[in-house]
Amino acid sequence: MNDSNVTECPASPALKLKKRSRDPVLTQRLAFAFLFVSTLLIIVPVGLIIVIIVQKGLPGITWQFLSDIPRQGMRSGGIFPAILGTIYLVSGAIVFALPIGLLSAVYLSEYARGNFLTRLIKLAIVNLAGVPSVVYGLFGLALFVTFFKFGASILSGALTLGIMILPIIITASLEALESVPHSFREASRSLGASRWQTIRYVVLPNAISGIITGTILGLGRAAGETAPILFTVAAFYLPQLPGSIFDQVMALPYHLYVISTQVPNVDEKIRYGTALVLLAMVLFMNLAAVVIRCRFRKKKKW
Amino acid sequence: MVEFLIKDLNIWFGQIHAMKNVNMEIGSKQILSVIGPANSGKTTFLRMLNRLNELNDNFRMTGEVLFGGRDIVEMDPETVRKKIGMVFALPLPLPMSIFDNVAYGVKVSGVRNRKLQAAAVEKALKQAYLWDEVKDRLDTSAFKLSGGQQQRLCIARTLAVEPRVILFDEPCSGLDPISTAKVEEAMLVLKKDYTIILVTNNVKQAARVGDRTAFFLSSELVEMDGTDKIFTAPRDKRTDDYIRGKFG
Repeated sequence: MNDSNVTECPASPALKLKKRSRDPVLTQRLAFAFLFVSTLLIIVPVGLIIVIIVQKGLPGITWQFLSDIPRQGMRSGGIFPAILGTIYLVSGAIVFALPIGLLSAVYLSEYARGNFLTRLIKLAIVNLAGVPSVVYGLFGLALFVTFFKFGASILSGALTLGIMILPIIITASLEALESVPHSFREASRSLGASRWQTIRYVVLPNAISGIITGTILGLGRAAGETAPILFTVAAFYLPQLPGSIFDQVMALPYHLYVISTQVPNVDEKIRYGTALVLLAMVLFMNLAAVVIRCRFRKKKKW
Repeated sequence: MVEFLIKDLNIWFGQIHAMKNVNMEIGSKQILSVIGPANSGKTTFLRMLNRLNELNDNFRMTGEVLFGGRDIVEMDPETVRKKIGMVFALPLPLPMSIFDNVAYGVKVSGVRNRKLQAAAVEKALKQAYLWDEVKDRLDTSAFKLSGGQQQRLCIARTLAVEPRVILFDEPCSGLDPISTAKVEEAMLVLKKDYTIILVTNNVKQAARVGDRTAFFLSSELVEMDGTDKIFTAPRDKRTDDYIRGKFG
């Protein structure tokens, strides 16, 4: 069809050239199909992971499995200490990382001038994000467990996870703060508001959804990591609940590793059940982030 | 009475010399129109008066700006901005309710009492001729208002702080002729109690409302005189060319 169009036109040299080259519409269709298939391929692994884990894990999910301590060397019983441990660790990480992350994001976005120190801090954040998680584990071992003598404990593990998610929180908060239009700050300042009043009444209320979203995504990451808690908190087998923040706990990702590779003859139901619980927790957090973002977006007034 | 006395003012943003040797005397309770082509330094001049230029990291200035006899650089910037309010080119309500927008300046200056805030809000909205249009929906978002209403809301917000001077930075550039007329009407009433400095790209508007007119070109003040004088017998040929629309 396209060819006939071209031949109807008076034959200029440019058009002759065009005719010899490939049909642009066809090229575009091919490229489009290729890009679409590539995008579609993302769904396949996600779908497979979820299907396999749900299929194999769901039969193992009972009230007893969720609420009981592990028994018979983790070959039966439940995973409640590990669930609780992960919740403790994640909460501890957030208590530590959110204030520091938020405050430094506010400083970088609202107060800092673009000087050497600021560039240094931003570089440090980028580097912090690029450190492999096992290195965080070793760092936590050296600093919190050994140097500060917190021992292998909830405190050490939560602090280690907190440092790991700091760059996520800072980056997300910075983005949220910087997405508040500059003109709002100017209008506020022109009415005699101080820098802090402007942040408190205008900038933060409009950035809060992005900050919360980023924080929850960071939490999801913290909940699923094994390496940082390996040396700092996680107990191999501890069929009891922690009494204080200086106790060790079990945690879901490490427990999963242990029952999958270190303990022979663990029922498949227990292994996949544990994986399902962990996956559900992380998915739930991500879902919460999405919901919060939608809520605030509706409320947004500009 | 003299409101502003400006001596040898020079402003730089980084390497850019944005204001060159400006000397000026601005009287109180009158409207000064500031005209000039784009990039002539009008807005820089305006933002210098309430120290908004300082929000820019590269800003540097020399010379003196006396406000009511006091050097503004030695005053507290928040105090300066409360005394010298500003209305921006585009209506710029804050993302909050109509009431909270107008009460904002009052609130940040420390008035916590809701009744006092409400009284200030009502007074300011009446002064900006907006009260009748919004009194039944003070709790709705300011973004629900039309452009002209938003701009009058911004005027009300500025008035609520009870300034002595109001700076208008091309306040009608985004408005239709009827909204423009309403804003101009408000300015003419306000000049009884306030000193008004109006930066405008609309030469006719400058002629309509200004008691005096200043013409800026290439970061310099070319001339400043009574509006009638500027528009009938300007001293400088460049002024004449500009108001006749030969360039700019």
